[in-house]
Amino acid sequence: MFPKGTKRKFSDSGEEPVSGGDQGLPAASSAAARTLTSSYSLQRQSLLDMSLIKLQLCHMLVEPNLCRSVLIANTVRQIQEEMTQDGTWQIMTQALAAAQCPADRLVATEVLCRQTDPAVVMEGDVETEVTMSALSPVAPQLSSASYLADSRTGDQVFGTFEIKHPAPPPDPALEELFSDVDPSYYDLDTVLTGMQSAPKMGPYDLLESLSSHGPTTLSSSSSCRSDLNELDHIMEIIVGS
Amino acid sequence: MEEESDTRKINNSFLRDHNYATEADIISTVEFNSSGELLATGDKGGRVVVFQREQESKSQPQRRGEYNVYSTFQSHEPEFDYLKSLEIEEKINKIKWLPQQNAAYFLLSTNDKTVKLWKISERDKRPEGYNLKDEDGRIRNPSTITSLRVPVLQPMDLMVEATARRVFSNAHTYHINSISVNSDLQTFISTDDLRVNLWNLEITDRSFNIVDIKPSNMEELTEVITSAEFHPQHCHTFAYSSSKGSIRLCDMRQAALCDKHCKYFEEPEDPSTRSFFSEIISSISDVKFSHNGRYLMTRDYLTVKVWDLHMENKPLETYQVHDYLRGKLCSLYENDCIFDKFECVWNGSDSVIMTGSYNNFFRMFDRNTKRDVTLEASRENSKPRAILKPRKVCVGGKRRKDEISVDSLDFSKKILHTTWHPHENIIAVAATNNLYIFQDKVN
Repeated sequence: MFPKGTKRKFSDSGEEPVSGGDQGLPAASSAAARTLTSSYSLQRQSLLDMSLIKLQLCHMLVEPNLCRSVLIANTVRQIQEEMTQDGTWQIMTQALAAAQCPADRLVATEVLCRQTDPAVVMEGDVETEVTMSALSPVAPQLSSASYLADSRTGDQVFGTFEIKHPAPPPDPALEELFSDVDPSYYDLDTVLTGMQSAPKMGPYDLLESLSSHGPTTLSSSSSCRSDLNELDHIMEIIVGS
Repeated sequence: MEEESDTRKINNSFLRDHNYATEADIISTVEFNSSGELLATGDKGGRVVVFQREQESKSQPQRRGEYNVYSTFQSHEPEFDYLKSLEIEEKINKIKWLPQQNAAYFLLSTNDKTVKLWKISERDKRPEGYNLKDEDGRIRNPSTITSLRVPVLQPMDLMVEATARRVFSNAHTYHINSISVNSDLQTFISTDDLRVNLWNLEITDRSFNIVDIKPSNMEELTEVITSAEFHPQHCHTFAYSSSKGSIRLCDMRQAALCDKHCKYFEEPEDPSTRSFFSEIISSISDVKFSHNGRYLMTRDYLTVKVWDLHMENKPLETYQVHDYLRGKLCSLYENDCIFDKFECVWNGSDSVIMTGSYNNFFRMFDRNTKRDVTLEASRENSKPRAILKPRKVCVGGKRRKDEISVDSLDFSKKILHTTWHPHENIIAVAATNNLYIFQDKVN
């Protein structure tokens, strides 16, 4: 899909919100923002985010589909390798490590997660709704960015996503959190990506929503910051770090 | 293979309405036995349904060889692994028939963890007139028996019994993806994501690990085994495929542990079509030896390839199954379809190959004429005993009548499992919870 070295068409790069994240960040991040303005980098970034979410959901299962997890992990490796080569990976990790709340990165995943709520309510009872809405602000933390922000180097980041098998026994707190949620990964994933029984084959919805939702998240980033400690705590539970 | 086929409905009660299908009804494997007289399906609910071909009758020639339900039994039950706190699904991953050696039929069925050997036998007589036992089967006090009577076999209604003869368990940490019976008729292999185990059909408490690709540090894991099969004639040779698109041929005579392959089949990557999805779409979902043992067929996400066992560096033939999806890979990754495991089969003479696609389409490729056809297994678009019309997917440009555009394909209707009668042009196609049997036009 993304052949190396192919020139990509610029979509709505004019009002791309990605550069919004460089508010108050060191010079490095604006360089990162500049690199990200190309549509190719954007697609690569959203592919990376998507892959990391998929991997994270794999890790929640005691016995994930190993073939699938390995293939996704290899895709992440490949993206990381390419980003390391063109310097984006390092710039991004530095920039994100410097920033406490990587607002721009949160956008992509928040968009993804926002779609979860109605779907989950549909298939679950009221308790599920409560559980999931409590969970949804956590979900953005699953994105690559928060990982990058948490760790010092790219290698460490990646290590977190390596396949562990057999998976550690589920944390009791986590189990409680998910007790009402359908444990089958596939469902969770289809809900997350907004692809239910009839998969969408349209253009890159993720990217479209990324650009349209950008400004809103910028303004909401302050509230996001206040919740961060709490989120970190929940993330620790989920990731088991 | 004629493009025109005859639709044959097998059993109304089995073809339940799609709308009422439950998850448990979804067919997860389908397999003809070595004579083609029997056809077995396994489903997500752990059931095995065996169909038997009707004997030809002169009064109704059009009913030649329909398949009717012969036996239905619960092969696997859901289980719980208390050590891992993990539910083990009852879903039947694969069924393999053993060559018939006596009046009874034997098959192996497997779920994620346990392989079972089932005996399917008929009984139409029962012995009567025992006087050593009472009616409840208890042995009588010998002192009360004054004469010896020979029991007589009395005819009774035909009964088909399925009995579990062996249970091969506790040998797989990961999910079993395939099983294969050896041509020596004494052993079989069961394969999971990282290991291949060799069993004797008579011994359930011991298996030999013949391939183990598990790295000591699981964080270094980048490749898994996706399928394995014995050579149809050489009982020492087997092949296994990997998620990186390669096939390894192993010779069990070389060493007890076949970690070193004797042949390695891999096609170099085409740099012009390279993308982030290259590895995922090259992952092999199924590997099958040809009946003559000369070729290997592999299915990856977009193609089916035929390899000559004497040529390791590239496939002999490559067939595009649904190349129009190449531009949709990102969406197919997003909705997880890209991880679907399509299987592939040979016809009896190894001249035609068949594999599934989306939208209830399946594809056939004639290796000699290089002709290919797309057919559809659907109750809406084909009536019983009607001739199947070839379907076409429109790729770019203007859509012609009878063509379907790529965007309107239904990706929830996928044909993953098919099987071909060993001697005749009869195929069975599993489409979600429906089983379709097609055969060459009957005149």
